[in-house]
Amino acid sequence: MLEIKNLSKQFGGIRAVDSVSLEIEQGSITGLIGPNGAGKTTLFNVICGTIEPSSGSIYFRNKDITGIPSHQLFYEGILRTFQIAHEFSKLTVLENLMVVPGFQSGEKLMNAWINRNKIKEEEKKIKDKAFEVIEFLNLSHLSYELAGNLSGGQKKLLELGRTMMVDARIVLLDEVGAGVNRTLLNEIAEVILKLNQEKGYTFCMIEHDIEFISKLCSKVIVMSEGKVLTEGKIEDVKKNEEVISAYLGRSGAV
Amino acid sequence: MSNFFYSQNLVGGYGGENILNDCSISVNKGEISVIVGPNGAGKSTAMKAMLGMLKLSQGKVFLDEKDISNLSPQDRVASGISFVPQTMNIFNELTVKENLEMGAYLRDDDLYQTFEEMYSLFPILYEKKEQVAGELSGGQRQQVAVGRALMTQPNVLMLDEPTAGVSPVVMDELFDKIIEIKKTGVAIIIVEQNAKQALNIADYGYVLVAGKNKFTGKGSELLNDSEVRKAFLGG
Repeated sequence: MLEIKNLSKQFGGIRAVDSVSLEIEQGSITGLIGPNGAGKTTLFNVICGTIEPSSGSIYFRNKDITGIPSHQLFYEGILRTFQIAHEFSKLTVLENLMVVPGFQSGEKLMNAWINRNKIKEEEKKIKDKAFEVIEFLNLSHLSYELAGNLSGGQKKLLELGRTMMVDARIVLLDEVGAGVNRTLLNEIAEVILKLNQEKGYTFCMIEHDIEFISKLCSKVIVMSEGKVLTEGKIEDVKKNEEVISAYLGRSGAV
Repeated sequence: MSNFFYSQNLVGGYGGENILNDCSISVNKGEISVIVGPNGAGKSTAMKAMLGMLKLSQGKVFLDEKDISNLSPQDRVASGISFVPQTMNIFNELTVKENLEMGAYLRDDDLYQTFEEMYSLFPILYEKKEQVAGELSGGQRQQVAVGRALMTQPNVLMLDEPTAGVSPVVMDELFDKIIEIKKTGVAIIIVEQNAKQALNIADYGYVLVAGKNKFTGKGSELLNDSEVRKAFLGG
């Protein structure tokens, strides 16, 4: 579904991503792990079109998407969350979710006169959907709170919530679990599985919580110093000496 | 109460609804207290309140048997409390050494000894001392942040999610460092979502829900409490 060939991204003298080739299969949940500074988030940024690669190419459903800006990739069904939450701090939680779906009739000024009912209907649908997502994330009591006032973990939940507002083909999750309570994280894991099984979403997730990764991912890719160190099933990767010393340490390797 | 640093019945918020609704946290010298709980429970807020960064409508904070409830945050830092926030906890544009110097801003004595201590506790900081902190990896930045906080030679160290977003091997390393710091007699309060690991090294644990103490006990007791496990530690 997503194929990356010899992708590199250079910042000055540093190769943050160094000729990475990998493939993410349709309908899979793939984990992307590796030490801090391995280039995982940079890889996400390049895939999503936030930054342009120095060389290499990216194919999505057999189409070359290298260098296509992120707002266009959004309509191809490529969605992502951010490690450090990017909320609209002056909008409420509800509004933050309602702005996600594109091409809303209300965006066109003329429709305010000629298509009022259509706007109303559409917004009602979007609002209902937003409330559904809010309820799922245990944020109901905060629907009308400004997103800037949420706690660190709640902002991470809102990040995830945004990807649930539209139908996606692939969702890239950047440490969605960091700062989220473990019990709620288990519930999130169940939803990811459900979206994967029932709606056919493909996921790729950067995560440090090995338990969370083990529960969800059929395959993990380990990155280190900009390169792919190894890939495979989590059980096999956990036994890899290089991975243990570079990343997992004693508690991760159990 | 004979605790070294503690708060009693804190109530307050940022305007609007109260975030803390009768919350009490305490810690002794050479011990670790860990605060865990769901998102938005008020864990970070409780810590900020103890540092004086929150307007309280009720409650008191004591340090070494003195009521410090009316002290400003900077005065509390001067009296020995240090804080490492969750984000934006280092000066990205400054070198590692400059970051440590900024930590010692309040001191006018010789810093040589303290620098030596920091470099032996965090060897990586010595290695990278001339490097700009913004270029470091996540785990290294956290070490800079903790090192910076220790430059005042505090009696109390408060850490807000020190291991969020760091790899497992770095998490172990950070927890090891925290234990080393505790052994020097510092009182440590940690807010953590990696709650199992944190409670493992905790002398005392507090489960906070909706700004209130829900469960309190020894770290090991909370870890073995099935209700706590199910509701807050992910089973």
